[in-house]
Amino acid sequence: MTIREHGSQPVRIEQDVVLARQLTRKLASDCGMRLVDLTKLVTAVSELARNTVVYGGGGDMDWEVIEEAGRTGVRLVFRDEGPGIADIKLALTDGWTSGSGLGLGLTGARRLVDEFELDTAPGRGTRVMITRWI
Amino acid sequence: MERIPILQMGEFLLVTIQVDMHDQLALRLQDDLTDRIEHTSARGVLIDISALDMVDSFIGRMIATISGLSRIMDAETVLVGMQPAVAITLVELGLTLPGVSTALNVDRGMHLLRKRVGRP
Ligand SMILES: Nc1ncnc2c1ncn2[C@@H]1O[C@H](COP(=O)(O)OP(=O)(O)OP(=O)(O)O)[C@@H](O)[C@H]1O
Ligand SMILES: [Mg+2]
Repeated sequence: MTIREHGSQPVRIEQDVVLARQLTRKLASDCGMRLVDLTKLVTAVSELARNTVVYGGGGDMDWEVIEEAGRTGVRLVFRDEGPGIADIKLALTDGWTSGSGLGLGLTGARRLVDEFELDTAPGRGTRVMITRWI
Repeated sequence: MERIPILQMGEFLLVTIQVDMHDQLALRLQDDLTDRIEHTSARGVLIDISALDMVDSFIGRMIATISGLSRIMDAETVLVGMQPAVAITLVELGLTLPGVSTALNVDRGMHLLRKRVGRP
């Protein structure tokens, strides 16, 4: 796997959620991602970035444009040093929310991308990595 | 203060969502709209999302809330202009928007609303 481009931007306040979506849209369209796939990726980013702000107490989004076996992908990592998630299975259940959401963010984001990795533990923060290939 | 304008068209209200909405703006729209329904006794609300290139669970929840509030206040909500890529994504996200009617564009949405409220 080669990393063609990479960077990082803060996801601290709600306006950062909009900025995260805008950057993702630009990265994906620069790589020639199809509109439907791009829309799915941007929607997943919106869900995860909002979780980072609302539950994680703010964090960062690392981004990469990667190449592997002749294909290009956009990979994003959302990380925070918030409370973490105690019950991963529950958090990955459709409709489960600890707040007033629909409980669709994590599960929905997972369905919208090609690769999804959730790494979290109480007191250790949360890290979610997603990849969408072109 | 940034706001999404609400247009009155006879007994209906038209909201055109055009900006890349952030959460505060979405919440303010919810408040403004319920206010306007109350003061104008509007019978229907058209939400035009043709300019939105993405609808996530937050915006989806807002749409569902507006439609629920409208119903309580005896007004119908019709969502118009959803882009195909957005519609496909919503299904995969798992957002079904129960009880929210959709129409292709504002014209058809108006037509649907007139039928709903019993106007020819
Ligand atoms: N970064 C995070 N840090 C801590 N807890 C999190 C984080 N992300 C998600 N969670 C927990 O997982 C639950 C499920 O998240 P998910 O995004 O699926 O639903 P939601 O945010 O509650 O609602 P929705 O996203 O539909 O508005 C959250 O309610 C929260 O308790
Ligand atoms: Mg969420």
